[in-house]
Amino acid sequence: MHKVSIGRKILSANEEYALQNSQFLNERKKLCLNMISSPGSGKTTILTRTINELKGEIKIGVIEGDIQTDLDAGRIRATEAPVVQINTEGACHLSAVQVSGALEKLPIGVLDLIFIENVGNLVCPSAFELGEAGKIVVLSVAEGDDKPVKYPAIFAKSKALLINKIDLLEAVGQVDFCLERAKADARKLNKDIEIFPVSAKTGEGMTDWYDWLKGKVNNLR
Amino acid sequence: MHEMAVAQSILTTISAEAEKQNAKPVIARISCGKLYAINAEALGFAFEAIAKGTTCEGTKLVVEHKPIRGQCRNCGEIFEFELTSPACPKCGSEDFGLLPDEPLILEDIEFLTE
Ligand SMILES: Nc1nc2c(ncn2[C@@H]2O[C@H](COP(=O)(O)OP(=O)(O)OP(=O)(O)O)[C@@H](O)[C@H]2O)c(=O)[nH]1
Ligand SMILES: [Mg+2]
Ligand SMILES: [Zn+2]
Repeated sequence: MHKVSIGRKILSANEEYALQNSQFLNERKKLCLNMISSPGSGKTTILTRTINELKGEIKIGVIEGDIQTDLDAGRIRATEAPVVQINTEGACHLSAVQVSGALEKLPIGVLDLIFIENVGNLVCPSAFELGEAGKIVVLSVAEGDDKPVKYPAIFAKSKALLINKIDLLEAVGQVDFCLERAKADARKLNKDIEIFPVSAKTGEGMTDWYDWLKGKVNNLR
Repeated sequence: MHEMAVAQSILTTISAEAEKQNAKPVIARISCGKLYAINAEALGFAFEAIAKGTTCEGTKLVVEHKPIRGQCRNCGEIFEFELTSPACPKCGSEDFGLLPDEPLILEDIEFLTE
């Protein structure tokens, strides 16, 4: 046997598409955020509330990723925001080529901000760049405060963490969800992460999140 | 099961190299950062499945996970990040950033010599 040193990066087809998407968005000065969480953390609820409350200030479009169904796209459509549904037919994450197709279907010219709601999964989507400017991870208090430690990759890679369903904090109890512990663990993995404890149901804490979004959008304008 | 997509890229890269060398690849060593979310077993399984009938049929994939590295903002030290003791080992500062995850790299291939 003889050994041949290669030492070359394997550029996956996904990375090439991600690069194209990112160029497409940068040229048009559009902010694109990739939202990732376990199933049911509240991604769609956060999006619908954000869209409704920022109406008139930021024009938001959504790319909805789901394994099946267009239920979430329907919820977005009810806000009158433009939305494109992608069904991954079983795949555990969105891929850049799917997002590339969806970007073409959005009325990109009139939008300021494009949210991608990834498939509900805390692991796989973190490894697939879609061409976004940043990832947003959502963790709901019902899931327990040990998630940053158990799923470090997504917390290390995200620009912001939304700790959702804080209206349930009392019901869940300090033992199962200590806000300070979740924050501290996320910061150990990522010193720069912005953390917003929110309730997409009651609206508590959402203002800080909106201000952060407005800041990011205004930077591009 | 996203390992399938990754396995496809790896197969393409190894096959191209095998053609260049005009030899049968026996072992291929891959490395990637720990944050890459690649499970070695699942990757091996996916690779085996798609390599059937190609020059890579029977090629063994060895996956090495590179540690997560941090860089201290106080003294500049680059170190292996441990979740259990998240501080700079040189100066003790807790102010550090994580370096980008290592990409997927095809390190080397051992070929059968005729
Ligand atoms: N109590 C409470 N419930 C919430 C909150 N946000 C969302 N929910 C509820 O949690 C459930 C899941 O919310 P979704 O917005 O569908 O979550 P998702 O992350 O989009 O779910 P998938 O797309 O299936 O991964 C729904 O019943 C919401 O009404 C919140 O802040 N507080
Ligand atoms: Mg949803
Ligand atoms: Zn130091």
